Amino acid sequence: MSAVIKPGGAAAREQAIRALLAEVADPEIPVLSIVDLGIVRHVRFEADGRLHVGITPTYSGCPATEVIRTAVRTALDAAGLADAVLEEVLSPPWTSEWLTSAAHAKLEACGIAPPQEPVSSPRRLWNAPLVPCPRCGSRTTERVSEFGSTPCKAHYRCSACREPFDYFKCL
Amino acid sequence: MSARSRTPSERDPAQQAAHFRYVLRLADTSLVLGQRLGEWVGHAPALEEDLGLANFALDLIGQARLLLTYAGELEGRGRDEDALAFLRDAPDFANLTLAEQPNGDFGHTIVRQWLIDAWQLEIYAGLLRSADSRLGAIAAKALKETRYHHRFSSGWLIRLGDGTAESHERVQAGLDSLWRFTAELFAADEVDERMQAAGIAPALMELAPRWSARIDEDLQAATLQRPPGQPYPWHGRRGVHTEHLGHMLAEMQHLQRTYPGVRW
Ligand SMILES: [Zn+2]
Repeated sequence: MSAVIKPGGAAAREQAIRALLAEVADPEIPVLSIVDLGIVRHVRFEADGRLHVGITPTYSGCPATEVIRTAVRTALDAAGLADAVLEEVLSPPWTSEWLTSAAHAKLEACGIAPPQEPVSSPRRLWNAPLVPCPRCGSRTTERVSEFGSTPCKAHYRCSACREPFDYFKCL
Repeated sequence: MSARSRTPSERDPAQQAAHFRYVLRLADTSLVLGQRLGEWVGHAPALEEDLGLANFALDLIGQARLLLTYAGELEGRGRDEDALAFLRDAPDFANLTLAEQPNGDFGHTIVRQWLIDAWQLEIYAGLLRSADSRLGAIAAKALKETRYHHRFSSGWLIRLGDGTAESHERVQAGLDSLWRFTAELFAADEVDERMQAAGIAPALMELAPRWSARIDEDLQAATLQRPPGQPYPWHGRRGVHTEHLGHMLAEMQHLQRTYPGVRW
């Protein structure tokens, strides 16, 4: 991701920058990029002639936020965009519905069950959602803990293949 | 990152001081409660609750960071989130007195959390319509997290209250001891009135009955008794604290006070 963004039309450059950001990995779930996570809110050249990149935090206290900001800054610096402006966008707030469909497939491929239900469902959290096993597909799974290896995940176990797995919570 | 919303209060010094104070109070309540929850790390009754309380601590401290950063900008004296969190003494903190109360047992912590969760649900929901768009955006983010906290705390309140004789007795004792601090939750003063008049803050008078109804609903499910009303409102938001805050700050601020400007 060290290719310098060539001069050209703003739209083409913005597209090239999006592609660049699609290679910046989420520090907690590195199979996902920050674009997959749905936290890159805008990439645009503004009237001041500088690139503005808007990033939204997943949670107010997400410990990865600072790491992500640094990674984005590093990627933009390497692309010759050291004067880019990083903006924190709070509204509308991020939910797990911002995950792209590519993100769902990538999570499943690495053994993390993707979010299962729409965010408005009353069944989530205390009433554990039914989560199919990402390894064998069995629907006989049980929640071991509401809180898992990172703030966004819960811990599950498959009753069929007996393997434990992480579930990316609906939040 | 930069402030982009501009509200009328930024032109009138008295109004701006109230605006700063209002945001600082919200920030300090989240910060102090988050610090208290952090004290549970490694001590909770089960790993799941340990992780849960640590998660909520992170959310609350995250909310506090957003709010403190904003408060520092409103104040305009160059204080950032770290200066406000680590370099103020107890009388300069403006949190709800309830938030600073010690953890006690798990049931006690759950009662404190649940009372404040229910309060924050109303405050943040009210702020969604704030004339201050930046505060509204912070509230929208925090509201989503607070719903999750309340689901956890009310869930545990019900499990403990409607659990064994001992869990019932302990959680009722926690409620009886903390209830006196709830009079402060909706006691409006001139800061609240100014903010309400400017369309920045919701009217506390309108939020109180909704909070009360939610509390009654949860208490009924938990088979717990609502203690009688407590007229003395306490004044943590005005900087008058119980002795517990100073001890908590001593631990929280120790590193920055001992090694000013130290970084990881
Ligand atoms: Zn399986």
